[in-house]
Amino acid sequence: MKKYIGLIVIIGLGCVSYAQANMDDLYKYYNPQGELTFGAERGKTLWHKKHLDKKGKERACTTCHGEDLRKSGKHAKTGKVIDPLAASVNKERFTDLKKVKKWFKRNCKWVLGRECTDQEKGDILKYLSQL
Amino acid sequence: MKKNSVVFMLMMSVTLGGVSVLHADEGFASWLFSVERKKGVEPVTDAIYNEECSACHFPYQPGWLPEASWQKLIAASALEDHFGESAELDEQTQQHIINFLTANSADKSYYKRSKKIMASLNKDQAPIRITKVPYIIKKHDEIPEKLISKNEKVKSLSYCEKCHKKAEKGIFDDDSVFIPGHGYWSD
Repeated sequence: MKKYIGLIVIIGLGCVSYAQANMDDLYKYYNPQGELTFGAERGKTLWHKKHLDKKGKERACTTCHGEDLRKSGKHAKTGKVIDPLAASVNKERFTDLKKVKKWFKRNCKWVLGRECTDQEKGDILKYLSQL
Repeated sequence: MKKNSVVFMLMMSVTLGGVSVLHADEGFASWLFSVERKKGVEPVTDAIYNEECSACHFPYQPGWLPEASWQKLIAASALEDHFGESAELDEQTQQHIINFLTANSADKSYYKRSKKIMASLNKDQAPIRITKVPYIIKKHDEIPEKLISKNEKVKSLSYCEKCHKKAEKGIFDDDSVFIPGHGYWSD
């Protein structure tokens, strides 16, 4: 048993550091040179800002994700339930760079009609990480 | 008498053995002789397809459309505007999904619904909407508008799973239909 304790501790520490590093990994990914400063307040403003689609209908991040990110959202078109975005209730959020990249690309296009800049993505992540 | 039963047993095992071999080949004969009739549409078995597509909508089985339809629908350029929305995927995932869809498309399936779909389409027809397949239109033409498009709980024929309670299992018979706000349906 004793000889396994070291191994268990190492695995345990590995898991903890991996989970904690993820948010920082994301900031680093969107700010590789370190010249940007991300701010939650700017992220919040952008998150709630309403944009008009081609038909003049309002859309924002909240259209699908809802006003309370600790609760489920709903896909605007299909009605499919979207799991809560807040990491405080959904541990899977912001742990997979591939997913983060995919949804930023799709959803920025849907809300803003264009891709978001690295600055905007970092700001949004700062805001979301606090919820 | 005893000899007869031995012969019978031998014949049976040869027949059953033959059927199971054919079954593995997924050929026409296997479909014809299959003990377990392939009634609906082949259920989705691919985890990546399920995860990616069901993030937004019902994961439509590949057997609903012919290969040419899936080629048009899931092409990388097409995913940039997937019925008005970006459904862009990284290249690896997109390739995986298109391979899964085209390998199991309606033209290659021996499930009843896929056969019916192919029979209702002309050779050069490759619709990108399942709801535009003549067989699908015909199967739903008796249901009044107020139960589907004007029913707030359904909205459109596109949402299979709203009424077809076993849709994810590939079962679409009348018995498993329950229209929200209305009840069971039988024609």
